[in-house]
Amino acid sequence: MAQASATKVGERAPHLELPDTTGATHTLPAREAAPATVVVWTCNHCPYALAWHDRIVQVARDYGDRGVRFLAVNSNDAERYPHDSLEAMRDRVESEDWPFPYLHDESQEAARAWAAQVTPHLYVLDPELRVRYEGAPDADHMDPDQNAAWVREALDAVLAGSEPANPASDPVGCSIKWKQ
Amino acid sequence: MLREEMTAVGLDPEAIDVREVSSETDAQREKFVGSPTIRVDGRDLQPLPDEPTGLACRVYRTADGRVSPVPDRAEVRQTLTEAMKGGG
Repeated sequence: MAQASATKVGERAPHLELPDTTGATHTLPAREAAPATVVVWTCNHCPYALAWHDRIVQVARDYGDRGVRFLAVNSNDAERYPHDSLEAMRDRVESEDWPFPYLHDESQEAARAWAAQVTPHLYVLDPELRVRYEGAPDADHMDPDQNAAWVREALDAVLAGSEPANPASDPVGCSIKWKQ
Repeated sequence: MLREEMTAVGLDPEAIDVREVSSETDAQREKFVGSPTIRVDGRDLQPLPDEPTGLACRVYRTADGRVSPVPDRAEVRQTLTEAMKGGG
């Protein structure tokens, strides 16, 4: 378990401007506002991130036609953790057919701005980019039947214009690997 | 979990030698490929000979193929049991 995030529920999410694995830049805010946005800090080598990955991908596929925007961010120090290199990120996106961009936070400034703590650490934002849910995808990384329920509940609430009943949980995972 | 499984097979959990690997130098010296690493009589529970050493989080696979931060309990018990049979 990790400490409470500095990016609090109800606050506006920090600005984001990062390249994906093709070199294209993605920004938050985007040119066109989305009805909801999910930002998830993840990586290639963390067992928690890997265990939850397929569930997060399925949420993206299930909510994509409702205009929900998904961004995955990897801030880990690739020098000390070669599995998290840009090349390794690119390999995953291509071989696994990711439905959302995988952003490279090489400077780790985005992780610091958001106070992301672990992988995965997930945020659900409303159309005004206020944080409406922050934490883990669901209650158990080892149980696929959990189906990222906390993210789905938060998205359903945001898309309905209401507040998620469960606006926060403790993010669970591997710590962000900071540069030394 | 390791302590529980050692007790279950009749081994003394106090025999566990817990080592903290806190630097890249330590990781290289110990041939450490991630946390947690469990070695029984020096043999890795799930050997990863091609994995680079380093202070990473370790990925295990459960018997049904799921990714896990820890090894299967059954695998731990089986390894301990085999080590006992082998006289280790």
